[in-house]
Amino acid sequence: MGMSDKLLDAMSNMREQESLDIVGKLLAQGEDPLKILDTCTRAMETVGERFETGRYFLPELIMAGEILKQISRLVKPKLQGDAGTEKKGRVLMGTVKGDIHDIGKDIVTFLLDVNGFEVNDIGIDVSPDRFVAEIERFQPAVVGLSGLLTLAYDAMKETIETIAKAGQRDRVKIMIGGGQMSEKVREYVGADAYGEDAVAGVRLAKKWMDA
Amino acid sequence: MKERWCELSNDAGENREENFSRWLAGENIPFESDEAKVVYQQRVTLIKDAIELEKAPERIPIAPSAGHFPIEHAGISWREAMYDYEKLSAAWDKFHLDFPCDIFYGPRGVVPGRVLESLDFKLYRWAGGSLRDDQEYQFVEGEYMQADAYQDLIDDPTGFFMTVYLPKIFGELASLADMPLLPPVHEIPMVPPAVVPFGNEAVQQAFTKLAEAGDEALQWGRAMGRISLQIMARGVPSFTGGITKAPFDLIGDSLRGTRGIMMDMFRHPDEVIEACDRLVPFMIKAGVRSCGASGHMIPLIPLHKGADGFMSDEQFKKFYWPSLRKVVIGLCDAGLVPLLFAEGGYNQRLEAICDLPRGCAIWWFDATDMSKAKETVGQVSCIAGNVPLDLLCTGTTDDVTQYCRQLIDSAGEGGGFIFSTGAGMQGAKAANVKAMIEFSMDYGANR
Repeated sequence: MGMSDKLLDAMSNMREQESLDIVGKLLAQGEDPLKILDTCTRAMETVGERFETGRYFLPELIMAGEILKQISRLVKPKLQGDAGTEKKGRVLMGTVKGDIHDIGKDIVTFLLDVNGFEVNDIGIDVSPDRFVAEIERFQPAVVGLSGLLTLAYDAMKETIETIAKAGQRDRVKIMIGGGQMSEKVREYVGADAYGEDAVAGVRLAKKWMDA
Repeated sequence: MKERWCELSNDAGENREENFSRWLAGENIPFESDEAKVVYQQRVTLIKDAIELEKAPERIPIAPSAGHFPIEHAGISWREAMYDYEKLSAAWDKFHLDFPCDIFYGPRGVVPGRVLESLDFKLYRWAGGSLRDDQEYQFVEGEYMQADAYQDLIDDPTGFFMTVYLPKIFGELASLADMPLLPPVHEIPMVPPAVVPFGNEAVQQAFTKLAEAGDEALQWGRAMGRISLQIMARGVPSFTGGITKAPFDLIGDSLRGTRGIMMDMFRHPDEVIEACDRLVPFMIKAGVRSCGASGHMIPLIPLHKGADGFMSDEQFKKFYWPSLRKVVIGLCDAGLVPLLFAEGGYNQRLEAICDLPRGCAIWWFDATDMSKAKETVGQVSCIAGNVPLDLLCTGTTDDVTQYCRQLIDSAGEGGGFIFSTGAGMQGAKAANVKAMIEFSMDYGANR
């Protein structure tokens, strides 16, 4: 097994220290940093596939993302200029007005980030007007609305109505997610999609960006 | 070390019977009439029969979880609910008059704001604190324990909570960091150093604040006790009393946070398992004590991080279930019937959680397939659930009754089922709540 394959294997099986050691060795040997990042991307894809087939769950996604972050920190200083940091597209993330929960939102933000999206997380208890202002400023292709509580239903509805009134509705795809969300709630609030889990959020963003 | 809480103790059944008799007698309840007492006892019997799985109850007990809905229904603000005990009591009373059903969920989930305030509680935010008046209280997740502190927690959970955790989550208790570790005194020269911290002005101030908070909590507790008795006096038994947690959730929710505990499963697996095991007796005692205080026999265990998606089945069996199972057995030994509230989906856990003695717990499901639950865990334990909140909040009354019919058809057959909502029903439309209860009371009567 070549070093790249070893890295792929270690990372996709959550062997954190081994992954970092291999990257250290590769960099010392003068390996092209872009090639290392490419291997990491393949490892993340493997992890994603295992998630889709029910072999991996949230802990593996978090752990693999964490390993990737550490590898990026080792590799980034060796990169020339902005090479290799091109992002897939912009996603605006926030928890809607009245709801201050950030656990789910943070996990989706993290996974979008490690999957190559440029994410702007505008926090919790975000008013509809603030979403509109941030869409104007950041120009995202996708907006993720998060909320844990049932009080988020009406806040999401109001947010999407405000986005529509501001004339931005056709420019963004809107996804919702959180503890008490569902397809029924998606319909009620007028979003484009409901993500059942964190990976669904990443999957939706990918699908919309590729379209 | 001897393995404990693997099997029920010999006197578990006897203890439970004793508790059931006490619950059924309702001796401290000032019943409005003899008829109210009869109705109360019929309702307790419905729940008892559903739990024991020996015979089908006379009809399906209808036990929707009020959650925070009574506050909305009464039209009071969250701030009023948390600061004005009379208004909170009136809201609970109104809810139970407007929506009569078989049980009563006490108002104690709405905690007194002044108690939190006087201790500068940081683990939640609430209306009257840093949230707007109309917002319900919400949890602030954080990494309150660092990953390298597992050994400290394992060595001395009491010391860890008193000198590390409490000072972090209560601003006014920061000085408890200086408290002597227990046991502090077992020889004469140890007396002075053990009491020195209590001479410290900051520690004294912390105790003053605790006394203040304690007074307020007592006042609130008396008000909640009064309204609870008033509602029960009409013939409505309380469904639960007391609370404890799964050890893995205690660590994951409150100490390490979601990302923290998930990475710990890879980085510190042995410590996670050891810490969960170490917390088992604490969680048993917490359940037993809180039930003792409320005089009830059904402690609630809200379950979080073992749900579908949060971990694999293999991880569930390795990290989550063994210590929770011991907590359940320990509570059953004391004659209690834990109400395991599986928030989210538990579809992948249905086989694993069959591993409990028959008829000793209630599994309350949220987004779990109830017909599958009935076929699996429903053969071993009473199951409860699960009218979804999205339906109650955004659906029509027809949607609601249609769901209730299916639910009763698929889960109600042959007993062992308590009709409930998927979670506390805040945000629900009043018309949907009414339709749900009226339809199910009627339809469930023939099952």
